[in-house]
Amino acid sequence: MATTTLEPRTAGYRRAWVLDWLTTVDHKKIGILYIVNSFLFFFAAGILALVVRSELAVPGMQFLDQDTYNQAFTMHGTIMLFLFIIPVLSGFGNYIVPLQLGAPDMAFPRINALSFWLLPLGGLLIFSGYLFGGAAAEGWTSYAPLSNRAEGVGTDLWIIGLALVGTASILGAVNFITTIFKMRAPGMTLFRMPIFVWTILVTATLILLATPVLTAGLIALFIDRNYGGSFFDPSVGGNPILWQHIFWFFGHPEVYIVILPGMGVVSEVLPVFSRKPLFGYKAFVFATIAIGLLSFSVWAHHMFTTGGALFLPFFSFMTALIGIPTGVKMFNWLGTLYRGKLVFSSAMLFALGFISMFLIGGISGVMLASPPIDFHVQDTYFVVAHLHYVFFGGSVFAVFAATYYWFPKMFGRKLNEPLGKIHFWIHFIGFNLAFFPMHELGLLGMPRRIADYADRPDWVILNFMSTVGAFMIAVSVIPFLINVIATFINGEPAGDDPWEGNTLEWATTSPPPPYNFDRLPPIHSERPLFFLTHGHGHAAERPDDLEEGAEEDAEHRKGVV
Amino acid sequence: MTAGTMQAHPAGEEEARAAITHGQSGMPTVMVGMLLFIASEVMFFGGLFATYFNARATTVGEWGPPAGGHLDIALAGVLTAVLVASSFTMQFGVWAIRRGDAGKLKMWTGITLALGILFLAGQLYDYSELGFGIGDGVFGTVFYTLTGFHGAHVFGGTVGLTIVLARALRGQFSARNHVAVEAVSMYWHFVDVVWIGVFSTIYLLR
Ligand code: HEM
Ligand SMILES: [Cu+2]
Repeated sequence: MATTTLEPRTAGYRRAWVLDWLTTVDHKKIGILYIVNSFLFFFAAGILALVVRSELAVPGMQFLDQDTYNQAFTMHGTIMLFLFIIPVLSGFGNYIVPLQLGAPDMAFPRINALSFWLLPLGGLLIFSGYLFGGAAAEGWTSYAPLSNRAEGVGTDLWIIGLALVGTASILGAVNFITTIFKMRAPGMTLFRMPIFVWTILVTATLILLATPVLTAGLIALFIDRNYGGSFFDPSVGGNPILWQHIFWFFGHPEVYIVILPGMGVVSEVLPVFSRKPLFGYKAFVFATIAIGLLSFSVWAHHMFTTGGALFLPFFSFMTALIGIPTGVKMFNWLGTLYRGKLVFSSAMLFALGFISMFLIGGISGVMLASPPIDFHVQDTYFVVAHLHYVFFGGSVFAVFAATYYWFPKMFGRKLNEPLGKIHFWIHFIGFNLAFFPMHELGLLGMPRRIADYADRPDWVILNFMSTVGAFMIAVSVIPFLINVIATFINGEPAGDDPWEGNTLEWATTSPPPPYNFDRLPPIHSERPLFFLTHGHGHAAERPDDLEEGAEEDAEHRKGVV
Repeated sequence: MTAGTMQAHPAGEEEARAAITHGQSGMPTVMVGMLLFIASEVMFFGGLFATYFNARATTVGEWGPPAGGHLDIALAGVLTAVLVASSFTMQFGVWAIRRGDAGKLKMWTGITLALGILFLAGQLYDYSELGFGIGDGVFGTVFYTLTGFHGAHVFGGTVGLTIVLARALRGQFSARNHVAVEAVSMYWHFVDVVWIGVFSTIYLLR
């Protein structure tokens, strides 16, 4: 056996390696494929953002014309949302959820592979508009009557690509929910599931129920554009506002699809680096469920200015209600930090960045929920500021927190901490420089989706600041990429449990073997690993109470050992 | 391939094995997946129905096919009967295999498939007779979209039935092992229920 020469084997090995990744049905490999694919699209959409910001750096048309500008922000928004942030969070879900549940894989591994491979296909179709006379240019919301009348095949490719990406997410959602209900290890009751799993469960439910409605709308739009349909054409009995209802019936749950898993990541990272359990586990779970339910009854807050019998007070009130469970979560996080032994790792910094930036986005959101304010700032840069504080300051920060936190599990090596902190600080300062001035720009009346603007001194300086910030964000990615490459070459070995984690993914090797666990620790709480490593004596004596504080923990520890 | 460096709890090994064999009771995993998928399909048709009702509500004047076109309610009624009957035949097949009667399963699945194909053929014939198209006003658009996407789902169901029939002919189902039959039948009932909704909305409610 040992007599085989090395060379032919390496060749064979290499081919097998590529094939292995192309045909894998292992949730961990699929998770990594999701994450890598999403980051590639993130960089593409980020370059488009730099194009947009460069055009807006100073008044006047620099190097784009109106139409290419429209394409640039449309592709930027579409790709960021549908091909970066949603799939990257699904990627972490794919990798982590089965591990945290103590399961060997997802419930339907082959469907899992299919839902991944639809993504690059859909994404490339959306981008391919650039090859056929111009990409879609009606904004990520693609409002009628702009979209049903727009010339060119770019919008059709956008529709087909999004329908594929949507199908991928629906299949993924079926898979997540089934996994969570059917694949939990013995002892892993629903209320012992890690918070990240809970947020994925609610997110998957939102995807399952909201995305098909967008698919229906996309089909209607396609029929209008290509088969003489008149869903959205008022001249033959259609109704352009109908598109907005369909789009936002999906679109508002969609914003929670984007933020809830990010909240889940933060709720994993904060307790570990505060050396305390999450403050108010059950309250957090119920707040997540409440947000999920409410998110289906607020869609028309995106349509306040369309007028008509839109029940403004109802939608405004429901929107304000969402502030309550969201506020509960803020207290969960602050309570977790309070008197914790804080460890400012890179993952922790990004989690803290999430909390502070999401708070700002939440405040501007509550402002927008009030129709009298919304009437003034609708379609201005105030909205652009708001959406980036929640999407970028929220979810993208959480994605980086997750990357620093789970990278050691995925690859067995820890990312370099000093480089991680450099990444964080450039990113954080650049982010605020890029987007905080947009609040002011919006209040000063600058509309969004314009390629050129009036040469007013106040607008000029704010726009210039914003462009500098955008380039700082781009620069911050350099230490991150260096970090990833350097860690692959020569990173510090992580061991199984580098952070003294609470949850089951840290109970197996880094990276885990194909079927994840040779043996599982007993599960008597939402922190099975904590109790294993810190010891509470025999399982029978382990407190079932989920809400115990740090002092209590310490007491138990002393008492039993 | 040794994972888990922590000290094994005595019960750990057993528990791990139980997890790997998906050792959980309740509804089979495939059925949970199918139910969830159907939930998403309900929302999809919900979206299409919303377009229908929106168009109907915003139309001033008479609601119905454009001048020169008509609806064939008699044919649609017959097709409804065909599809509803096929739900029963499907269920007879399921009951048969639950008793372990693979022969009856083959028969009932074959009949169900034939009824499904008959429905699709009838729908295509209906389309050719109506005298209006998808581009003829908003009624034409919503009519063909709703019935067309329902038809596409019936087609999907006949593909599922064909697979079930092929597997039944190879003797792959038994009283204990026939989850594919259960799943396809659930989908088929769903498609039937959607049709009852489409038929009542378009032909009865007007
Ligand atoms: C380098 C980072 C980024 C910069 C500099 C940037 C910049 C911009 C700017 C200036 C606009 C407004 C364009 C206009 O209205 O004319 C915009 C729109 C938008 N951005 Fe970003 N962005 C960045 C990252 C992100 C991320 C991470 C997301 C989401 C995860 C995102 C989502 C969106 C969306 C949804 C729109 C709306 C597009 C539309 O109006 O149709 N952006 N971005
Ligand atoms: Cu909303």
